[in-house]
Amino acid sequence: MNKKQCTAAAKLIEILKNQGVECIFGLPGGNAIPIFDALAQSDMKLVLTRHEQGATHMADGYARSSGKPGVVLVTSGPGATNTLTGVMTAMMDSVPMVVLCGQQLTTNLGLDTFQEADVSGMSYPIVKHSFLVKDPEELPSIVNQAFHIASTGRPGPVIIDLPKNVTSAYIDEDTSGEFSLPGYTIRKEGSPDAIKEAAAMISKAEKPVLMVGHGAVISGASSEIKAIVEKMQIPVCNTLLGKGCFPESHELNLGMPGMHGTAYANMALCESDLIVSIGARWDDRIAGSPSDFLPQAKKIHIDIDPVEINKTVQVDCAIVGDARSVLDSLYGYLEKGNTQRWVKLIKRLKREYPLKYKKEGKLRAQHVIEEMSRLTGGEAIVTTDVGQHQMWAAQFFKTESSRNFLSSGGAGTMGFGFPAAIGAQMANPGKTVVAVVGDGGFQMTLPELSTAVNEKLPIKILLINNNYLGMVRQWQHMFYENRLSGVDLVGNPDFMKLATAYGMKGFRVKRSADVRKVLSAALEYNDGPCIIDAEVEKYDNVFPMVPSGAGLDKMLLTMPRKKLDKPKGGT
Amino acid sequence: MSDSQKKHNISLFVENKPGVTIRIALVFARRGYNIESFVGSPTQDPNYSRINIEATGDSRTLHLMLEQLNRLVDVIHAREYSDEDVIQKELALIKVRCDNETRTEILQIASAFKCRNVDISDTTMTFQVTGKSSKIDAVRKMLDKFGVLEVVRTGKVLIARGEEETSW
Repeated sequence: MNKKQCTAAAKLIEILKNQGVECIFGLPGGNAIPIFDALAQSDMKLVLTRHEQGATHMADGYARSSGKPGVVLVTSGPGATNTLTGVMTAMMDSVPMVVLCGQQLTTNLGLDTFQEADVSGMSYPIVKHSFLVKDPEELPSIVNQAFHIASTGRPGPVIIDLPKNVTSAYIDEDTSGEFSLPGYTIRKEGSPDAIKEAAAMISKAEKPVLMVGHGAVISGASSEIKAIVEKMQIPVCNTLLGKGCFPESHELNLGMPGMHGTAYANMALCESDLIVSIGARWDDRIAGSPSDFLPQAKKIHIDIDPVEINKTVQVDCAIVGDARSVLDSLYGYLEKGNTQRWVKLIKRLKREYPLKYKKEGKLRAQHVIEEMSRLTGGEAIVTTDVGQHQMWAAQFFKTESSRNFLSSGGAGTMGFGFPAAIGAQMANPGKTVVAVVGDGGFQMTLPELSTAVNEKLPIKILLINNNYLGMVRQWQHMFYENRLSGVDLVGNPDFMKLATAYGMKGFRVKRSADVRKVLSAALEYNDGPCIIDAEVEKYDNVFPMVPSGAGLDKMLLTMPRKKLDKPKGGT
Repeated sequence: MSDSQKKHNISLFVENKPGVTIRIALVFARRGYNIESFVGSPTQDPNYSRINIEATGDSRTLHLMLEQLNRLVDVIHAREYSDEDVIQKELALIKVRCDNETRTEILQIASAFKCRNVDISDTTMTFQVTGKSSKIDAVRKMLDKFGVLEVVRTGKVLIARGEEETSW
């Protein structure tokens, strides 16, 4: 008797359900029709997007806010190439994502057939792994492998190219999805010797600082970090992606260090005698010039990815392993040292060099963001786009728990913030989701307003509108004698009318005095998405600022009067 | 010789799958590391291949790249070998210009290096040379003055000594 059969596409959807997938973000096309057909016959939720890049950022926001892999489904050729920016964004920030791409018939591959592109080939440098399925029998195993690879170890995006004849072929319903990956190993536990060495260094240090990164968020190491901080009395700074892992309201929290970090975080690092990176990769936004990064301080690096060890900054002690597991064993070896004087100095620095902005005169982005932070009380999930508003959000949106601040850090992808908020709201229906965006980046993925309206997602789009590509304008102002080039966003739409056109609510705030009133009204509106158009001061600059490529001791607190040299580092 | 000019022998044990070669090559290309030779073939188990790469560049970058190679899902092991750890061989075919006057001398040189004569014509001779890469370089140098028309080299292959398994 013949075994019961189903299409490989139907099997694909079944496996997604077994993997715990709740919704898929995507857009169809010819070569993906068999998969969409199987989708129509299942109860899997599809979020139909208006552009494939939007779908990837939604899956990304879903994944960052929930810890579960985000799933994207698109067609071949341009559908698949449109995902690559989002895939690179996820790769740079270690976000678990599975991207399913339709593909031409296997017999048509490499023949320049309609909507055919070598997507797995193009993806190699920007994925954790990619697959091209040629045999329908292998599909179940490959999909399971993709989820395993995407979500374990250091997470990342995985692309699966699915030729149309493969997805429409019939396979046995009980085709095995088993796999073995002999080349894929994860070192979860750190080496006991390295852990003991690190513990001795921390116990002995007089001026230690913990630097918490995305790895700590991913491994769920919040309570382990808190335990160490409380036992040892060590101040904590967090990278952009580490925000919230250790509460920013804590008296020992220093906020974000680096290019636009807090003055006290940068000063503390310059004074420290030991820096412990917990899942942070000494990114150039923090390290500036990695070869001479704070030579006075010893460095410990905890990271699950051995590639990150000594990649840029040379460290004195490296522990390859999962942050949570490593910190858990480390705790037992720690002996309380004396950091009293150090903590006193930290508290003084926090008092003497607070983040500040002018509250009088024109409406300031910082004011709007700080008020939104106050009104949501650390409960909201915040996504940001990329640019000045992103740095102000990092400075002024106080984050109290992990997975509450989502931002494209490594890639710096403009257009990320708003679709990421859609994904975050899909994963967290009960939570307040605020997308802090600029007028430049927002317009890059703005068609997804339809998606948010369709899904009735009560996202608050806080538009920091200065009619400029503000961060580039700031650089041109500071380092290029104010020769503004390509930064004036003439022709911006009227965002209130835009909201109306999409059938959504619009709010506008122009005066400092109205900020609280308008934001409160927007937070109370939950019938769908809304835009809060905050018309802010056009010429404001983000400070503190460490010029790119320079040491943290070269931090500028305000705009200096003397002419500045062009920065040595990248962008 | 400066560190950036150093030659490195890298041996990889990988899954025998499409796309493995390009993933490996990209790791080198992204860091601007030049590959001198690249040899790959299936092992005794056809599901796996061994790849030998000779590349030039500084040691610190090489160390980082080895980690990046090991991170590739299809790469099971990647490691560097110094010249002493392993048996290394390479095969080359060298085509050299000859005439009645030079033929004997060329044959004498070839015989001194234990080269096999694999093709002969009125105006050319082709030799097969096997051995360490330095030996092939030496043969080539000796034949240069007669006019070397073509050199085709397989690239270096290597195998671990004794019980040790290569590239593990």
